Amino acid sequence: MMTNPMGRLTQGQFSFLPDLTDAEMALQVEYGLGKGYAWSVEYTDDPHPRNTYWDMYGMPMFDLKDAAGVVMEVTGCRKAFPNHYIRLMAFDSTRGVESIAMSIIVNRPKNEPGFMLERQEVNGRSLRYTTRGYGADRPEGERG
Amino acid sequence: MYSIPGQVKAQAVAETTAAGGDNALAAARTVAEVLAHSHVEPVLQELDDALVGLAPVKARIRDIAALLVIDKLRLNLGLAAQAPSLHMCFTGNPGTGKTTVAMRMAEILHRLGYVRKGHMVAVTRDDLVGQYIGHTAPKTREVLKKAMGGVLFIDEAYYLYRPENERDYGQEAIEILLQVMENQRDDLVVILAGYKDRMDTFFQSNPGMSSRIAHHLDFPDYAVGELMQISQKMLGDQNYRFGQGAAKVFEEYLTLRIGQPHFANARSARNALERARLRQASRLFEDRDRVLTVDDLTTIEERDIRASRVFQQVKAQP
Repeated sequence: MMTNPMGRLTQGQFSFLPDLTDAEMALQVEYGLGKGYAWSVEYTDDPHPRNTYWDMYGMPMFDLKDAAGVVMEVTGCRKAFPNHYIRLMAFDSTRGVESIAMSIIVNRPKNEPGFMLERQEVNGRSLRYTTRGYGADRPEGERG
Repeated sequence: MYSIPGQVKAQAVAETTAAGGDNALAAARTVAEVLAHSHVEPVLQELDDALVGLAPVKARIRDIAALLVIDKLRLNLGLAAQAPSLHMCFTGNPGTGKTTVAMRMAEILHRLGYVRKGHMVAVTRDDLVGQYIGHTAPKTREVLKKAMGGVLFIDEAYYLYRPENERDYGQEAIEILLQVMENQRDDLVVILAGYKDRMDTFFQSNPGMSSRIAHHLDFPDYAVGELMQISQKMLGDQNYRFGQGAAKVFEEYLTLRIGQPHFANARSARNALERARLRQASRLFEDRDRVLTVDDLTTIEERDIRASRVFQQVKAQP
């Protein structure tokens, strides 16, 4: 059985849908800005589900009024890392919340190798499971 | 079950653009219709009422507003027009109202739908230029991002360029600024402000900047009569008024003050009024046992102004 026939990374919002266009992305950003979130852009080529912290592209953007600034930053990041995963994250600074409220993947490498489930036999018939990215054994920058 | 990425894109874009446009404004065929939908008339009226003098500036703002309205009508009939370049340069002596007009401009442009949010971000050289290599670009970019959807007001813009220092980081800020001014015209409007002569030198050494700014507005100095009107308005806003003869003395004060160095138009008038308020306060403070009426508390007397340094200097001179 294929669990992910499209071979696409599914993390964050809208990841089962076709990629958002720039206009749709701007609308999402606008929504977040309306809620008072601070957007930031992050990229990685190791999208393992346990890889929580991706690399930051510039600082988180506080005090923005319009989505154009965020779109500009995403465009810059796409240009710099065309073959990386890029995600947009909205940080909610409300006291007591102080965490990521939205996360959208806005760029994917041309081919997404995906993950394999590794089974390790231990102690007789017991199994240990590990998720491993197919691209993970290659060095950084060559994984996509 | 799954759709192929990219398949739905074209349709989605069409939908978002249709939803984003204001339908009523898109159907407008007369100037009055556009004005009715954009509420620009009250802003222009307010500009006329709230700002004294500045006739050439007001005329130019009307022109710009008219162009934007007509462009909207042309667009409604399918006549393609390039988005007008709205970057501006305000020159004039200190205190002539550059910042105030910039704020109004942001609002006018917002009501006409040329900037999406209509806020104004006011910055100076310090906010744009960094202190070490690699500091300037992110700093300038951050400011630009904050200003997007509104107006970026750069006060004393000529400080960005320091010809005496070849390695000054200001040049880098100017380059980034130019790039965004050119490529993201519909995202933000840049207004440069500064003294006339220094801005002229600035533009001479940065021809790229000069050619990207369509509107050069020169703010004339105020005449004494205009300054009096402004002063009356300022006092009124703070619930004060001139007492018997005080207005005449203040006019005399302004006439003398204009001739002196470091005269900053409306700002000088405001400072003079602030000092008069201080003197009024200490005059009332002296009378410990007097019951102070509303009249006492709101009136600036002749002697409060007469005590000014400006009058004493004149007396000392002959």
